[in-house]
Amino acid sequence: MKQANQNTTGAAAATMDAEAIRRALQRIAHEIVERNPRLTDVVLAGIPSRGVEIAQRIAVFIHQIREIDVETGVIDVAMHRDDVGTRSELPIVRETKLPLPLGERTVIVVDDVLYTGRTVRAAMDAINSFGRPARIQLAVLIDRGHRELPIRPDYVGKNLPTSGNEKVRVRLEQTDGQPDEVHLEKL
Amino acid sequence: MTTRWTRKDLLGLRELSADEINFVLETTDAFKQVGTREIKKVPALRGKTLVNFFVEPSTRTRTSFELAALRLSADVINISASASSLAKGETLKDTARNLEALHADILVLRHSSAGAPQFLANRLDASVINAGDGAHEHPTQALLDLYTIRERRNKIAGLRVAIVGDILFSRVARSNIFGLLKLGAHVTLVGPSTLVPREFKKLGVEVSYRIDDVLPNADVVNLLRIQHERQRREYFPGIGEYIRLFGLTKERAKLLKPDCLVMHPGPINRGVEIDSEIADGLQSVILDQVTNGLAVRMAVLYLCGGISG
Repeated sequence: MKQANQNTTGAAAATMDAEAIRRALQRIAHEIVERNPRLTDVVLAGIPSRGVEIAQRIAVFIHQIREIDVETGVIDVAMHRDDVGTRSELPIVRETKLPLPLGERTVIVVDDVLYTGRTVRAAMDAINSFGRPARIQLAVLIDRGHRELPIRPDYVGKNLPTSGNEKVRVRLEQTDGQPDEVHLEKL
Repeated sequence: MTTRWTRKDLLGLRELSADEINFVLETTDAFKQVGTREIKKVPALRGKTLVNFFVEPSTRTRTSFELAALRLSADVINISASASSLAKGETLKDTARNLEALHADILVLRHSSAGAPQFLANRLDASVINAGDGAHEHPTQALLDLYTIRERRNKIAGLRVAIVGDILFSRVARSNIFGLLKLGAHVTLVGPSTLVPREFKKLGVEVSYRIDDVLPNADVVNLLRIQHERQRREYFPGIGEYIRLFGLTKERAKLLKPDCLVMHPGPINRGVEIDSEIADGLQSVILDQVTNGLAVRMAVLYLCGGISG
């Protein structure tokens, strides 16, 4: 394989390798522990499919830090999106799994890449249909900018400046069957 | 789950692949859960208009579609027309024009003529969902039956399913036969020979005229409604005779395996196809079918109505 130039964002340039991803998620876990004194109220709710895997990994790191098993869940956003009917391919709908009732809980939405913010809006909409959590926070592995809604993450693995004609590719072993990696691709 | 849904319309199960049927069933899992939420409504079809066009009377199928559409945030219009006042071909064309004028996105059609949904699907940009056409197909009923079996038994392949009653005129039976066979079930049709023609064997099912031979091996018994209001007297001597030969009476139900599911598309004729004790008994999943019908219809409306026209 050709070695990509360090200064370009060519297709093969890995932005994060497995070790960088591990450290980023570990740091997010520490920040979650600092910000949330009552960890038993926290739910790490991943957006399928990589958000779910990332939420699991953060939960493992939190257990290593505090020996507390933080609850995890899944938020399906497909039926809450605002672009159904404008896409030629429908997103697959999955079951949402959240511990109920949500009343006293802090739901931390977890996703791999934060881009326009529309998925996060849909996720908040989905959560609200199950009840009214005490608070909602947002954790993402990558924030690539270009927000179209007033949404800001609480926990960020890496800020990655991008242009609109680039695509952020996240690969995780459990969801993609490939070694953990983040890289930028030109479209 | 690699299959993707690409169909604008749902006209029958005959043209669906096993993968497509399974995809609808898996999508139904997600929509079934919406009914358990504090807010039982999602915005998936917000801004879309659904027209329930029922040329044949039906309350439960129509309300099930209506509630499914409302839970997906679509707007719903109900149109009914008495079949007798409509001449088939030309009127359907007029129907199509009217619906286009309303800018309907989804048309749910029940019609006494087989093929009416296909006719409109070919002429409209709107999605057409067959809610029963003549003695042809009733795909959402079969999908909800499949979903209910899968939910209770965790599989469909290899199960022995008996469909009992008026097969000849039953669109429910036809759609069930197609769906069950595609998913690998064994199907036996049971009823009076006048209502269960041997021709059906060509589809790959077994035919029996003796219910007592079939019940002991069945994993599922699906009882079809005897439509005595249609006065099909020429097909069997009378209700009493039918009950004696084919009714799932309390006595006869003792032949069933303990875990055999008893199904009925409704509305049930208590004491005719099925005794009350059995309809309300532990083996009965008749009310599950109603609950699942709503979820299946949400999934179908989402899949067909959600793709861009």
